[in-house]
Formats: sequence, structure tokens, C-alpha cells
Amino acid sequence: MSVKVRIPTQLRALSGGAGEVEVEAATVGDALKALEAAHPGFAERLFDDTGSLRRFVNVFMGEEDIRFLDGLGTPVPSGAVVSVVPAVAGGQ
Amino acid sequence: MCEWCFGPLEVVYDYEAIASVISRERVAAGPQTIWRYADLLPANPQGAVDLGAGMTPLLRADRLGSELGLPELWLKNDTVNPTGSFKDRVVSVALTRARELGFKVAACASTGNLANSVAAHAARAGMRSVVFIPSDLETQKVVTTAVFGGTLVAVDGTYDDVNRLCAELASEYPTWAFVNVNVRSYYAEGSKTLAFEVAEQLGWQAPDHVVVPIASGSQLTKIAKGFRELHKVGLLEEEPSVRVSGAQSAGCAPVADAFVSGADFVKPVKPSGIAKSLAIGNPADGGYALQEVRASGGAVGSVTDDEIVEGIKLLARTEGVFAETAGGVTVAVLAKLAASGVVRPDEKVVAYITGNGLKTLDAVAASCGPTATVAPRLEAFQASVNVADWR
Repeated sequence: MSVKVRIPTQLRALSGGAGEVEVEAATVGDALKALEAAHPGFAERLFDDTGSLRRFVNVFMGEEDIRFLDGLGTPVPSGAVVSVVPAVAGGQ
Repeated sequence: MCEWCFGPLEVVYDYEAIASVISRERVAAGPQTIWRYADLLPANPQGAVDLGAGMTPLLRADRLGSELGLPELWLKNDTVNPTGSFKDRVVSVALTRARELGFKVAACASTGNLANSVAAHAARAGMRSVVFIPSDLETQKVVTTAVFGGTLVAVDGTYDDVNRLCAELASEYPTWAFVNVNVRSYYAEGSKTLAFEVAEQLGWQAPDHVVVPIASGSQLTKIAKGFRELHKVGLLEEEPSVRVSGAQSAGCAPVADAFVSGADFVKPVKPSGIAKSLAIGNPADGGYALQEVRASGGAVGSVTDDEIVEGIKLLARTEGVFAETAGGVTVAVLAKLAASGVVRPDEKVVAYITGNGLKTLDAVAASCGPTATVAPRLEAFQASVNVADWR
């Protein structure tokens, strides 16, 4: 399945400045692995020592946070957009 | 935020150096605003972006305390800040620092109170502002932001959607100061003044227990930090031991859920309900708030929309303070924690009332109206309103 991964500005040095990288993947986890394979350096920025997503990294499949889907196991349909977005905070 | 892991950064102070200059007299001689605590804030008070935030009343609440079985209850009434919420504290610090750093545009993602405050402080400072809010926000909060003349963008989605958009925008527009994103570390420090002022107003004593509303969790963690800092710099003689409890609405209770289940992480939720100023389903500082509450022996409670409305009305009728929904959450959770014995009668308790009720009129409009509508005649009044024994 061909999927687009959107890269936040802070990580674009790793993708040669590209804001979007196209990879082949069946799940969100596969897509991020494929991103690492194409542009080494992403994995250590996105995942902690246990292989879980870092606490302050959010990943969206389309409009939805993958924590409300099946996490890294969330299937990605062809043409899907997976977005990596730093978690930020507001409110009280 | 940290460029490596995207986690929040903490401001580091030289407490020894601060302790050598700060004193109770120096604080007392300062302005009647948060800037009397400039020594413990990460921005220069000369040139502060200032509408007069802070030094709000600490009210002894005997009538509410009597209803709740708490003989020494105090209310930190932050509803009377310049734009009606505690956000004026954090925004004043954030934009002061942002200007020092050369930012020209003030921006934020907001559940409403922050929108008011950023738009107002930016107007005061002559900065452009771009404020992002969820499109379903209360009308009062939309009007009280738009009036300041900045750019106001309503986003179709929840606050968490707005936040996501702002995270992406902060990447694209690095010269904009998103107060709660790229200058958040400075912004959050402003909440410490909620602790500083309470200690000063209690005669340089820390309370035994504080109850604080939780949205992102930042305010709660900074209040706890504030009491500790006062001891570090010598303004409090004894090391404070303040129990810290948090308040959430049942419609958005990720931190309360984690507290109750014993989890050490906060699982995001989809917010619902009337407490929109607390509706952050994915609270960035939720984990820190949870740690602070547990370490101090406090609790996190949650209450339903009906309980929130009852909390607003209870506070208003016993103490004359009209709070927005977040204040209703705080009072209703305080009532629960007092009933269950978590907040104890032997404690000096401070509840933080952080936003003004005029911002969320819709929450109580359905149940608050005239006692009677009468013709302008004595007998009509006497027939409709029972005041026979009030002479």
C-alpha cells in the first residue's frame, strides 16, 4: 500500500528537507519503519528505548490520533496520509 | 519544547542568587500584580506586557466551608483578573518574554480563556495576534476575544484538533509566539504566582491542601512548584507540605481516570460536556499533574455537568463569586473530596476559582432567571413573591 507520511519541520533535516515521504506499508507502524529505512534517524526521534512512541509524539492516520484507533497496528489504506505531529499543550 | 524528544522544557533558576536579593519586604514594595514576583519569573519586568494581572483576592469562605464541613476554606478568586481568568498571569509572562525574544506575532490554541487574554494583551502591546478556537465555543468567549481586533480563527473540530493545527503552524511560522506551544516553558511559569500570592496573603504560610482544576495539568504542577520555590528562596521558613488535589469534569477526565485506575500514564479521551475550558482530551502535562497529586497525598476527582452547574450556583449563593464552568468543577469536586474525607476539616484549604461566570452564561441560563415577573404594582409584587416575614 502506498502511503504518505507527513514530517514536522523539526524532523525535516532527516528527510532531506521533504515535508512528505511516500512509503509502502500496511500499518502505521510499518509506515514509520519504512520511513526509517528510507531516511535513517527517524526511529530514535519517534520511539523510546522500549519501542513505544515517545510521549510527546502524536501520530495521526488521516484526521484521527492512532491512540483512538489500533495504535501502531492501525491499518493504512492505499493513499492514506500518516502525520507525525509534536504533542503540545494548552488550556489550564 | 525539546528539539530532540518534543517534551516540554523547564526554566532553570539560580535560587541561591535569587535568595540573596528577594525578601518579603521587596515583594511587598512591588506592584499589586504578578510582577511583584519578577525575581521568580523568566522575563524582565521592565517592559512587561501588563494589564494588571494578579494579586486577586484570597477570600475566607466560611459560608461555603460550613456547607462542605470545612472550617478553614479559602477561595483564590481569579475571576477578577483583567480578562476574567488566571490566563492573564501566564499570558503576561509569555508575551513579555516573547517580545524580549523578538517575536512579532502572538498566537495560541485556546478553549476560550486563553483566547481572551492573548487578544487583549497583544492589543495592549501593539502586537499582531492570531487566535485559534474550536468553532463550538461559547458565544461570550468568541465576542470577548474578537472585540480586541486581532485575527480570530474558528476551527471545525475539538480543542485537540485545534492544538494539532497549531503544532503544525508553529513549525511553519517559527516567528510567531504560540504562547502555549513554542513559548510554553515561559508561559507556564506564570501560574506559579497563584501559589506565591496565596502564601503571601495567608501571612507567609502555605496552605495544607489546594484544589485546582485540570485541563492540560500545567497550572496544578506549577502551583505545587511555586510553594516549593518560596521555601527555596527563603520566603517560607518551613518546607511546605501542601496536598494537591485536581478537579476534572466527567466529560473530560483523563487524569481523574488514571488516578482512579492507578495507571501511571494518561490515556487520551474525546471531550464532551459543558466544561469547555477544561476540555483537553490529551493533556500534555497530565502525567506530571498525576505524579504531583500522588506524591503529595491528594486526589483527582470528576463531576457531571449537573454537578458542575450546582457547583457554580452553590459558590455564587454562599460566597457571592460567579465562576465559569471550571469553577463549578472545582467547587463540586471539592465537595466530593470533603464528603469522602480526602479533604479534611482540620486542613487549611484553598480552592482556585480561575474563570469568570460571565464567560459561560449558557451553563446556568436555563436555571437562573427572575424569581417572578410582575406588574409595577405593590399588590402584584406581594401576590407573587413571598416576603411576608421579611419586615
